[in-house]
Amino acid sequence: MTTERPTMIEFKDVHKYYGDYHALRGINGTIRAGEFFSLLGPSGCGKTTLLRTIAGFEGIDKGAVLIDGKDMARVPANARPTNMVFQSYAIFPHMSVAENVGFGLRRSGLSAAEKAKAVEDALGMVGLKGYGGRAAHALSGGQRQRVALARALILKPKVLLLDEPLSALDKKMREHMQVELIKLQRQVGITFILVTHDQEEALVMSDRIAVMFEGEIAQLADPETLYRRPNSKKVADFIGTMNFIPATVLSETGHKVEVEAKGLGHLTVDAAMAPPARGESPVVGLRPETLTLLYDDQKAAERETDGVIDEVIYFGDMTYYDVYLGGTDVEVRLSMRNVPGRPVLDVGTKVRVAWSPSALVLFR
Amino acid sequence: MKQGSGLRGYAFLYLLFLYAPIIILPVFAFNNSQVVAFPLKGFTTQWFGEMWADANLRAALGRSLVIAVVTASVATILGIFAARASVRYAFPGKAPVMGLIMLPMVLPDIVVAMALLIVLLSLSVPLSMLTIIMGHVLLCMPFAVAILTSAFQSLDKSLEEAALDLGETPASTFRLIILPLVMPGIISSFLICFTISIDEFVLANFLGSGKPVLSVYIFGQFRFPAKVPAMLALGTLLVAFSIVLLAIAEYFRRRGIARAGGKDTGGFL
Repeated sequence: MTTERPTMIEFKDVHKYYGDYHALRGINGTIRAGEFFSLLGPSGCGKTTLLRTIAGFEGIDKGAVLIDGKDMARVPANARPTNMVFQSYAIFPHMSVAENVGFGLRRSGLSAAEKAKAVEDALGMVGLKGYGGRAAHALSGGQRQRVALARALILKPKVLLLDEPLSALDKKMREHMQVELIKLQRQVGITFILVTHDQEEALVMSDRIAVMFEGEIAQLADPETLYRRPNSKKVADFIGTMNFIPATVLSETGHKVEVEAKGLGHLTVDAAMAPPARGESPVVGLRPETLTLLYDDQKAAERETDGVIDEVIYFGDMTYYDVYLGGTDVEVRLSMRNVPGRPVLDVGTKVRVAWSPSALVLFR
Repeated sequence: MKQGSGLRGYAFLYLLFLYAPIIILPVFAFNNSQVVAFPLKGFTTQWFGEMWADANLRAALGRSLVIAVVTASVATILGIFAARASVRYAFPGKAPVMGLIMLPMVLPDIVVAMALLIVLLSLSVPLSMLTIIMGHVLLCMPFAVAILTSAFQSLDKSLEEAALDLGETPASTFRLIILPLVMPGIISSFLICFTISIDEFVLANFLGSGKPVLSVYIFGQFRFPAKVPAMLALGTLLVAFSIVLLAIAEYFRRRGIARAGGKDTGGFL
């Protein structure tokens, strides 16, 4: 799926200050043409600022932002090949839906009939055919968002920028729009850049994700790599749930690292699952779904450890168990699918936990 | 309930004291007697006719209208600049500058009038309608800035960015997006400044030349008992006119906020 595409956007050591506050601290990276790219991070990490440097609403203090190979330093927002869907949608309240959508065509030189056709096409693309005559303030949240999308796409930009476009919608509508946005992106084929603080949303929608903390990109990778091989404890903690278990590094030879993990015992980690050391106290990370409770006479495929159930959290389709490992104070959370013939266990039950050294990540 | 009745009575008396004298105005304007006293003598529209026949009054009214229109225009245009700057931009000394612009709202008019008169005389500027306009602009600016700031504040910044993003220049964005959305605030500011200027007395009296404006003329006429009923007729018209203007101004201010999708954050009515 990720065949190498040409570069659409390139950040070269981008710095941005607000007074004394260092908002962007040396951003490097590329976004490819036709890619669904997400900027993911907690609020205040600089993701929106970075998006706005692409749109041209924020200047930068050092470095360069290139769009399609061209340095944008002296290109104002109204001359950039990007269009934006704003968090508030920014629908012009004194105009009709059609006037909003057709706003970008004012300077296009198209005839009135051509413009009307383009507006109708754009509205059709977002599922609002026939809504052109409506007043902008008479729209629901979901409809406003579609109008904002149609308005931004009508100019056929090289890049569509989306600033937390789903955050104002309720959960059902949000999930629905996630799928619609993915379909729309495939249909129009242009680069989408999404800003979000919702890691699930980023995982669902993106071809690649840049995880940002405190004005820096912590990791830039596809969703699966981010989830399975996070390059730092911080990224691992931000994306999904991960158990961290204190460990001691015994030796490192070539592409193998020997580790003693509390409650799990002696194990070997592949170098690919042990990103370069950052000087933190070493921990191994395990996702809840890589741990399995063994029932009756089941046998572990690789390793198994004794434990005691401390907490049971029932979710209907799943049950989460917090388990103390091997008589230690190390507690891990694991998830089990509730399939027939697999009873939900009680607090205090002695259990056996199966795990695999290959599913485990080392942070040190 | 019982505890509140005393305060309710007080509130009623307060409002009565505030508005009863104004109600006296139309009552005696239609009273068929030169003496302003009860009991009423009967209905007449004679005083309105007499008022309108007074050529000096018409000239004073003309001067006042010119001053009010020019003052309202200048104060509103300057107010647009100040309000836009204070809402959208950060600049050194912003708080004190905005504070000083708003200060004339609480400064005694007589102080402003004396100070301006001294300066104008020492610069040997001849007193005229122009000097009154200068004083009135100073007086109206705080109101214009307050109304327009509220209008600009209720404008979502991303509306401007969206227009820029869709290819418009900053100038055309101002014309196509910002101006239409703050227009109700502009109209409201113009009307309120107009109302303030047309009945202002202190500055008009200090800074005017020998040709009086309406408020100064009215005051002068009160020396002649025979003229008083005609002045009450004029006052009646002014009250009606002011109420209509303020109602229109408030209508536009509220409509502007509703249109920009904002929340009402005050205003004068």
